[in-house]
Amino acid sequence: MRNTLKKYTKAILPAVVAISTAFGVTGTAQADWSPKKPIELIIMAGAGGGADQIARLLQGLIEKKDLSTRPFIPINKPGGSGAEALRYMQDKAGDDHTVLVTLNSFYTTPIIQEGIGVDVTKFTPIGRMALDNFLLWVNVDQAGITDVDSYVAAVKAAGKGWKVGGTGSGQEDSILTAMMENHFGYEVTYIPFPGGGTVAKNLVGNHIDSSVNNPAEQNEFYRAGNTKPLVQFTAERLPAYPDIPTAKELGHNLEYYMQRSINGPPGMSADAQAWYINLFGELFNSEEWQTFCVEDGLACEEYLSGDALGAYHVTEIEKHKNLIESVGAAAITGE
Amino acid sequence: MTVRTAELLTAIICALCSIGLMLKANELNIGWIDGRGPGSGAWPFWLSAGMLFASLLTMFRWFIGATPESRSTELFITRDRLMIVSISAGSILFLLVATHLVGIYVALVLFLLFYLRFVGRHTWLLTTILMIGIPVFVFCLFEWALKIPLPKSFTEPMFYPIYDLMYS
Amino acid sequence: MESILTLLSAGILEALEPLNFGMILLGCTIGLLVGAMPGLGSVNGVAILLPITFLVPPTAAIIFLAAIYYGAMYGGAISSITLGIPGASTAVATVFDGRPLAQAGKADKALTAAAIASFIGGTISIVLFTLFAPPLAAFALKFGPPEEFALMVLAFATFIGLGGDDIPKTIFSILIGLVLATVGLDIISGQPRLIFGDISGFLHGVNFLVLAIGIYGIGEMLWTLETTKGEVTVHKVKMSIKAMIDNFRDVKSYIGTTTLGSTIGYFVGTLPAAGATPASLMSYGLAKTFSKDPESFGKGNISGVAAPEAANNAASTGSMLPMITLGIPGSPTTAILLGGMIIWGLRPGPLLFTEHPDFVWGLIGSLYIANFVAVVINIAFIPIFVRVLTLPFTILAPTIYILCIVGGYAPTQTMHDVWLMFLFGVVGYLLRKLNYPVAPAVLAIVLGPLAERSLRQSLLASQGDMFTFVERPISGVCIFLALVLVSYPLIKNFRARRSAKAASQS
Repeated sequence: MRNTLKKYTKAILPAVVAISTAFGVTGTAQADWSPKKPIELIIMAGAGGGADQIARLLQGLIEKKDLSTRPFIPINKPGGSGAEALRYMQDKAGDDHTVLVTLNSFYTTPIIQEGIGVDVTKFTPIGRMALDNFLLWVNVDQAGITDVDSYVAAVKAAGKGWKVGGTGSGQEDSILTAMMENHFGYEVTYIPFPGGGTVAKNLVGNHIDSSVNNPAEQNEFYRAGNTKPLVQFTAERLPAYPDIPTAKELGHNLEYYMQRSINGPPGMSADAQAWYINLFGELFNSEEWQTFCVEDGLACEEYLSGDALGAYHVTEIEKHKNLIESVGAAAITGE
Repeated sequence: MTVRTAELLTAIICALCSIGLMLKANELNIGWIDGRGPGSGAWPFWLSAGMLFASLLTMFRWFIGATPESRSTELFITRDRLMIVSISAGSILFLLVATHLVGIYVALVLFLLFYLRFVGRHTWLLTTILMIGIPVFVFCLFEWALKIPLPKSFTEPMFYPIYDLMYS
Repeated sequence: MESILTLLSAGILEALEPLNFGMILLGCTIGLLVGAMPGLGSVNGVAILLPITFLVPPTAAIIFLAAIYYGAMYGGAISSITLGIPGASTAVATVFDGRPLAQAGKADKALTAAAIASFIGGTISIVLFTLFAPPLAAFALKFGPPEEFALMVLAFATFIGLGGDDIPKTIFSILIGLVLATVGLDIISGQPRLIFGDISGFLHGVNFLVLAIGIYGIGEMLWTLETTKGEVTVHKVKMSIKAMIDNFRDVKSYIGTTTLGSTIGYFVGTLPAAGATPASLMSYGLAKTFSKDPESFGKGNISGVAAPEAANNAASTGSMLPMITLGIPGSPTTAILLGGMIIWGLRPGPLLFTEHPDFVWGLIGSLYIANFVAVVINIAFIPIFVRVLTLPFTILAPTIYILCIVGGYAPTQTMHDVWLMFLFGVVGYLLRKLNYPVAPAVLAIVLGPLAERSLRQSLLASQGDMFTFVERPISGVCIFLALVLVSYPLIKNFRARRSAKAASQS
């Protein structure tokens, strides 16, 4: 314990210090709580997806660095776009040995599926590990499409015949697709596939016309010269794609991210929360995690934790509510 | 109850289940959406309709006596066979209920005690060995080797010292 | 060609390095044992051992994981044959003939056939993998939703003859399997479907394993108890060197179906969406359709064990191809392998072959060695597995119940699934008493989701035009083959009748 603390203090970022001191994460507080049994690392998506990879990487790093006296056990609960995982966490209220790895369905699922009765603002925020980015991709065979304008022209010409692939109605890419439809005033056919990798493959095989994939899902096909990005939905250009403009630069107000954060069930004890904030903070600042972020095209500049993450969740939920309202839930589900 | 009665009764229950599924699927869009193909409820609805049709066919075949089951006037299950089956099914039911109440490990010990000693009439020595050996094996395989925590209910804190041993 | 040989021999040499070879030995054994437990499969072994692999270099790690994967594929047959419970969806077809053989006291014969067929399937597919990986990867890209749907139609067509003789009941069984498969979230519309009583456990759908373990584990156990009035005769299996040699001699009788099954298995396995389960079912169906003695299938025909086992092993090798070249996992296990590669900084994609040849060829080389090691370990374990069947029934039965319950709990870790499994077991037993065939329901729940999803994706893409399936060349060919397969038994029947008529007239 002492040893880990030393390592932690050495690697610490000023921002983290500020937040963790606010939470009283000092040597004594850390000793107040330690896990008594294996910790369940609930993943609100299926095996092999982005959230799953992150969870398993974190699990491996925790073991490699010997950060916890009890192992973290990843458990996939992909049911109902994460609804099952959220219900599970809700039922685990007050438990100190369960944490959830999220994606944006953390926000959208309770909005779209009103019946599930979960209020994620009551969950215990721990730490935001990364922000994932989105780009618009087309196959290189579409030589006529070189930028957003020619893309919009092509989509408008094709009408409903234009096929956009995604990972499922209500998922991040379907929201972004609906945002684009709204913004550019066209309508496309959205085809869901299980997983971003399958979407990427169908784009390469010309079974769909375009997709909004994460960098990690398309980058290898991009390097192999199969697909090309047209525009980034980020605030600034990603280092990996210096020549691709952002939507903002082109005067289109389209910006969207997916957060990857760790959250506890409602009513987790403060000592346990502090222990997790500390642990994931250390992972966040580790060389391995930062390398992974760069390779995977994730943004990992700032470790939001505790109440700061809670506040971030509140603003994001508001944002998603407005987004879903403005495009209409029907535009997302298609029925 | 004869096999003949059971056959008709089962077909009726199957038909009712099919109708139930059709009603449940009807909460969603069961029609064809122009330019999109079938709605989300169409596949379960029409398949359930097929189940209903198949059940009705079975009833019809019962009526005309086309299947061996619909002609058989033997008992569906004799009393002593029913005993054997219900003891087994009942002990599994007990194991599941007990898992919720006292956690799987205590439930396993009780289940094995009952099955080995009172159903199998094995010696106390063998019963005791297996009663302890099998739960220990399950624990080692799942909790330790595969890291799949099994439900323990309120007996959870009793395992903390074992975790201390396992992970220290 | 020459370059492939050089690369391959370098890969094999790498796999034979002490550390890597040790990994193969350990991985195959763990995989075999985990795979032999109902409910547990390679996914459990691979997921849990993933963190350990941080301690060794990536090539050794992927070799280790691939060995577990391979071992578990062999192991799946063991549970199917000795306990009659398919441990994984890939081993369902193995139960159909494996269980009757075990009940007839020929478990050793069935296990040996499964091991040898797996070895043949593995070998054929690795050779195909070595020679034709890049062109097949290009072919896999041509497979869009309409092709996937056509393939599912073909898969359904291959086991048209698997049902019972009571047609309405067979149809009922298929349909209930398909309906159960729709429970959970519909990815096309994003809406939850058939969530009975608002129970959140239904949100993840009805897992194949829950139905299979319920029906084949609990249901079959109750059935056996009832039909034998609790006095189950113990199957005495005599194991001797002579019997072993005789078992090996059987190879002649199933080498044909095995080779066919391996080839189908490999090609189906390389298609991103399909994987090993449809492959093994198709292989079984074809073995039955083209057999000289189709009636004996399902009653203990050795080819009925060999065909699906050859295909599922071949397909598991095949499914490595889309994983490596496209980054698409064909199964939960390859999904985790994929995660492992990403963690090690190896990005799967079209460039992996050229940028990390040592890694790719090390993996391929290890497949050759792992296949060989797995068959040797498997055959060495057969006498032990056969002994399980000689246990008194009052010890075997509670042990199987316990395995079923923990095995049903493990994949999703909810008690909901265990209760559902119990329910399916009891209902399955009752329906079985009335001659409702249960196998079609189990097959339908595996293939149903794939079929529905690809159908609706295709119709979305074609904007509701049904002709998309026959207009596209690959799907058109699959649909045509399916029609041929469906009509084949009818034609055969018709011919047989005509020749019988002719014989009676003359």
